[in-house]
Amino acid sequence: MQTRILEIWVGVFVAAGLAALFMLAMQVSNLTVVGDDRGYTIKARFENISGLKVRSPVTVAGVRVGRVTAIDFDTQTFQAVVSMRIGAGYDQLPVDTSASVLTSGLVGEKYVGLEPGGDMDVLKDGGEIKLTQSTLVLEQMIGKFLFNKAESGKE
Amino acid sequence: MLDWLAQLGRHGLGFFERLGRGHLLLLALLRGLPGLLLRPRLVVQQIYAIGVLSLLIIVVSGTFVGMVLGLQLYNTLVDFGAEASLGPVVALTLVRELGPVVTALLFAGRAGSALTAEIGLMKATEQLSGMEMMAVDPVKRVLAPRFLGGIIAMPLLAAIFSLVGVYGGYFVGVGLLGVDEGSYWSQMQSMVDFDDDVMNGVIKSLVFGVVVTWIAVFEGNDAVPTSEGVSRATTRTVVHSSLAVLGLDFVLTALMFGVD
Repeated sequence: MQTRILEIWVGVFVAAGLAALFMLAMQVSNLTVVGDDRGYTIKARFENISGLKVRSPVTVAGVRVGRVTAIDFDTQTFQAVVSMRIGAGYDQLPVDTSASVLTSGLVGEKYVGLEPGGDMDVLKDGGEIKLTQSTLVLEQMIGKFLFNKAESGKE
Repeated sequence: MLDWLAQLGRHGLGFFERLGRGHLLLLALLRGLPGLLLRPRLVVQQIYAIGVLSLLIIVVSGTFVGMVLGLQLYNTLVDFGAEASLGPVVALTLVRELGPVVTALLFAGRAGSALTAEIGLMKATEQLSGMEMMAVDPVKRVLAPRFLGGIIAMPLLAAIFSLVGVYGGYFVGVGLLGVDEGSYWSQMQSMVDFDDDVMNGVIKSLVFGVVVTWIAVFEGNDAVPTSEGVSRATTRTVVHSSLAVLGLDFVLTALMFGVD
């Protein structure tokens, strides 16, 4: 009888440990969102991606559909080439989809936002997004703002 | 002067002798592991003694560590208006560092010292030599089940610690301080990666489990068979395994999260 209770306790303990690990996977980390083995890769070229990192999220309408897998630099055009892995369930993106580097909140993390177009053809594995918009660089924005202020002050 | 030199040499030789014995014991333990498949009950008993009986201290300290993290980080983050990042910061701290390390330190104090004292006392009362007389290998019968039990229990305890800590931080951050519940969980999920963060934490806790139980089993087996010797061995277990955990943690962190 004594050994039976002991074995039950050990069973409960191991189950609790595995359940904790499972909860860490599901509740705490993002295992549920993207299975990296399935899905397809698309590319986009940006003039400036400052702050975007490998593993940054890729979203459509705010819904996370994939993640950035690689960031390369094109030495010919001096552009950043961002490779994105999109989940297999999201294979209906039109070829004229546009991509922009956005920030969540004022100081939040950078992510790639996709804006689907109206074309009937869909993006395939290895496809490239033609329409891109670079990240907003705060210094440039402030510079422009001050310049405009100075211009309007002259009149 | 000559006495001093002789003593230094004796200490040096003693150190290397223990280091060698420790690694030979590790080899013997590893060789003893396959035999345990035939006697799983021995391992189950040890998982009970090492893991189940450590659950209470792990759960309680996990909750409080998580609550303190929630409180402290909230006070820091709120100055930058970034209290929405409380979730990922608490979760990453726990999953990557505090979960495995604090669990290993508690594990060394709670389970490691008990293992050393038990084995040391078995040696002092000549139970181990008695087994050898009956042609039972004490490494396979006594030490290997404890070693395997510790290795199995440690990652499970660390996972429980991290999860309980995340909920402790949730209780303080969301429940008491008013962080938005949605941003606590959703930012956590978008920042914490399963492979890079959770699995690396599991690997860390597995390594710590091996090291702590190995040191505990070795110190017990190597104890001078007197009451004073057993008490010294128990102290050494806690000190050495804590130092080993903290030192190894830096090495593992540098390997896992160091330079990309």
